[in-house]
Amino acid sequence: MFTATITLSLLAIIFGLILGYAAIRFKIDSDPVVDQIDAILPQTQCGQCSYPGCRPYAEAISSGEADINRCPPGGESTIQALADLLGVDAKPLDPEAGEVKPEKLVAVIDEQTCIGCTLCIQACPVDAILGAAKQMHTIIGPECTGCELCLPPCPVDCILMVPVKTDANHWKWPFPNPDAGLHEAQR
Amino acid sequence: MKSLISSPYTHGDSSLQQVMLQVVFALIPAIGIHFWFFGWGIITNILLATLFCLGFEAIVMWLRRRPIQTTLFDGSALVTAVLLAITIPPLSPWWLILVGSLAAIVFAKQIYGGLGFNPFNPAMIGFVVLLISFPKEMTQWVAPIANGEQGIGLMQSLQIVFGSTGLDALTGATPLDALKTGIRMGGEVSGVMAATPIYGQFAGFGWESVNLAILAGGLWMLWRKTIRWHVPVAMLGSLAAISTLFYLIDPSRYADPIFHLLGGGAILGAFFIATDPVSGATSTKGRIIFGIGIGLFTYIIRSWGGYPDGVAFGILLMNMAAPMIDYYTQPKVFGQKG
Amino acid sequence: MNSVNRKLWKYNGGLHLEDHKTCSNQMESRELPMPKRLTIPMQQHIGEAAHPIVKVGDKVLKGEMIAESSARVSAPIHAPTSGTIVEIAPMPMPHPAALDAVTIILESDGLDQWCELHPIENYRHVSSDELRDRIRDAGIVGLGGAGFPSYIKLDPGQHFAIETLILNGAECEPYITCDDRLMRERPEAILDGARIMRHALHAKRCIIAIEDNKPEAFAALERAQSQSGQADIELVLVPTLYPTGGERQLIKVLTGKEVPSQGRTLDIGIISHNVTTAATIADAVIDGIPLINRMITVTGESITTPQNIRAPIGAPIEALLDFAGRENGVETQLVMGGPMMGISLNSASLPVIKTSNCFMLQPKQPTVPESPCIRCGECAVVCPAELLPQQLYWHSRAREFEKVQDYNLFDCIECGCCSYVCPSNIPLVHYYRFAKTEVWAQEREKEAANIARMRHEHRQARQEKAELEKQERMRKKKAALKDKEKGGTDDAAKKAAIKAAMDRAKAKREANQNPEAAAPTDVPSQEAAATETQPATIPESTSKSES
Repeated sequence: MFTATITLSLLAIIFGLILGYAAIRFKIDSDPVVDQIDAILPQTQCGQCSYPGCRPYAEAISSGEADINRCPPGGESTIQALADLLGVDAKPLDPEAGEVKPEKLVAVIDEQTCIGCTLCIQACPVDAILGAAKQMHTIIGPECTGCELCLPPCPVDCILMVPVKTDANHWKWPFPNPDAGLHEAQR
Repeated sequence: MKSLISSPYTHGDSSLQQVMLQVVFALIPAIGIHFWFFGWGIITNILLATLFCLGFEAIVMWLRRRPIQTTLFDGSALVTAVLLAITIPPLSPWWLILVGSLAAIVFAKQIYGGLGFNPFNPAMIGFVVLLISFPKEMTQWVAPIANGEQGIGLMQSLQIVFGSTGLDALTGATPLDALKTGIRMGGEVSGVMAATPIYGQFAGFGWESVNLAILAGGLWMLWRKTIRWHVPVAMLGSLAAISTLFYLIDPSRYADPIFHLLGGGAILGAFFIATDPVSGATSTKGRIIFGIGIGLFTYIIRSWGGYPDGVAFGILLMNMAAPMIDYYTQPKVFGQKG
Repeated sequence: MNSVNRKLWKYNGGLHLEDHKTCSNQMESRELPMPKRLTIPMQQHIGEAAHPIVKVGDKVLKGEMIAESSARVSAPIHAPTSGTIVEIAPMPMPHPAALDAVTIILESDGLDQWCELHPIENYRHVSSDELRDRIRDAGIVGLGGAGFPSYIKLDPGQHFAIETLILNGAECEPYITCDDRLMRERPEAILDGARIMRHALHAKRCIIAIEDNKPEAFAALERAQSQSGQADIELVLVPTLYPTGGERQLIKVLTGKEVPSQGRTLDIGIISHNVTTAATIADAVIDGIPLINRMITVTGESITTPQNIRAPIGAPIEALLDFAGRENGVETQLVMGGPMMGISLNSASLPVIKTSNCFMLQPKQPTVPESPCIRCGECAVVCPAELLPQQLYWHSRAREFEKVQDYNLFDCIECGCCSYVCPSNIPLVHYYRFAKTEVWAQEREKEAANIARMRHEHRQARQEKAELEKQERMRKKKAALKDKEKGGTDDAAKKAAIKAAMDRAKAKREANQNPEAAAPTDVPSQEAAATETQPATIPESTSKSES
């Protein structure tokens, strides 16, 4: 009885030491989780998640304050990636945050109507609008994230959201139609 | 937009249906020889198995709300039916075939998602389920019809299948089964073989001829490129090698390699079942490992296991290992060598 | 120098296809009469689209440059005949999805009047750079079907010594015979092109490879070489096997070397070009003629007399089909390129572009639905890139884009062998193309997100800085106010304040005299910062401009 107790205790101590050492020796320094979450988010900076940008939302997710399903621009794939990263179940997009848009839109200023008020310039989170007071403004198309934050401040409603035009370098092959398959053998 | 189709805009002449039908055609000579030696049993087996297998397939497709017709006529259920019918004893009662078909089509194939998704060969699952559940029915084979003898007639066969006449008086053990029993009872290979009339020229009267016909069918499939050589060669090669080794060590306890190759289901397994691409390994190296594994398991089970034949178990065991084999035998991509 | 008993190597897989070449390669090529209207898309090559440098109403001469691009991977475009520019607008181009590209419409004046050409007297006395510039300015891209700007493939950089220049005359795709015909009809031009490229690359040796189903082309080149009195180019017959014309496959056959996975041919000291490209380069250098027309095979079961036609870029495809004769009655399918790698076009009114090597008109084939994959492995047996096509298929189908890359999706050359042999009729290449474009899109999105993050962070940093500066100013003001209350009037401080105000006014005057400095700059952050530091002025300015 006594021997058994001693033996087991010794074993426990030895394994405990090995495990403890391993925990220190093989410790993995991981990126701070906020950075990892921020890397997944689409950086639209649109605020639809109710946080003032992607980074604050990432911070809120990592502190457990916000749920992972509040990013409409990211859509399903972002929720899935966040779920994988954080080891939680994916869930459908929170309708409160907004809806997934079927295609990517970017803002375009109707330059005839623009009065040069610079309000949109202040609203743009990524500095994608060029212009100065009383000068016509214009949007740098490739930099626009489609966040729509410039729409409400515009006093003359001259900003339109238009779909991005697909050119040969951006075109994607559609998913194959399984009922079409291949052409029949040629004789 | 119209549905967009990528190149190529031409296709070779192979189709799924054709591949499956070639497997069935390749079995026709074997079925003929089988009929010659064992009578109507094989015909009733095939007809019943086909009926049940296609029936189950149709029911499951209907339940899954998938197109019934294309699946039914892709030939895969037919192949399963014919293979199952050949592996179970001739003149088996109808319910035995029903249970086997249920296990093969519903449990081994459709539950996993149908053709292409089954990890195990359906016919082998059907066979093994029957072998374990109904050992008596599964080991009683109709004795082969010797020259000049009269076989069991068609009407009597039907009566046996549908249960109104017993079969017991007409059956005997298979050569492998007899050998195993004989050795277990203390006999020697040559003695057992000499004492029992079922051993023919070299591997069992009737059996050897059927197996040679299966071999012919298998070689035809190789020639037509329906199957590739790796699995059959590896499997039969490893079986021959290990049986030769033990035969040389102790010929009184271990049967000769010819008997091992032609006396049981090795040929059928090698050419028709282990070559099932869905449940087997895919890479060239993987296929060779897969075949060698089946050969070894077959010999181990035959010689030291509880069942007379080990082909079915060998194949199922290696089916389990196939994904892992494929994972570790990925070929090097063009430009990544050296 | 040509070696009959030369050692050749083999690559994995490949297919022996019925080549259907004799129907179109027996006849001398013919010239298409100049169409009245030429439709010239700005995207005829891999890379950035070119930009028109002409306006509607401009008169242009044959061979005049009408579009150019400053991007490296791009190519200028020239007028195929003389005439008037009547329209510049986005229009469908020959593309799987018939996407729009900016297109110039040129109406021929029927005179076919050349602009002034600048032949290079002796290319051997000219530097590599000058040759490359000439080839770039002539708008030459890979004419075997890929359309990659040729001058880039003649610019190995300083770190690569080019051992071998390979001219690809394999033309392994069934039906296509335009390279075959060109080798028979203009072997001298191909040899000249080869020598020019070899000179530009300083390549040690040059090989022209031809599949052995084209003995006449081989003989023609042999004859031309012996007539030229130089035996500097090795002519090699390679066994006919699809896809030997694939760049990597041909290099393996000729040299036994494998281009590294995801690497370039440059990495093993080899450059390869198509034979038609070579002839076009010879024209551009020796005669100064830019790429404005090309040899095109018009073939297929629905063409009365399959043949090769020399047609200007921008000619409507239907003009070529009618020139060769169309069979009436049956519904047809038009393919640009060959049956294995071509693209299906849904309209014959689309134009000929630089990469159009073949138009194939076939009776429409019904499609067969896809069956489940039975993992038969035939696709892996025929795959010339030694991939596992069925694995790529599973993962593409499941949209597992990281897994497909683990299985080396990007080593796939889309040759179509796997789809061809698949008993289950799975459009494997379509799945790979889908997966490839999805991966590229994801990478672009990631890149865009990174840029957006950076810009957002810069903006935040700027706003913080502005805020701090504002607080600092407020603090100073308050301190000044306190000083005032405490010390009453301080002459020195007052004087300093007045001087500062005067300085500001002076600076402003100077700025006004020099309007460029005051005009809005291109840097958004600066002006945005400027506007934000004086938020109070903005409502004012808006109300003013509204009134």
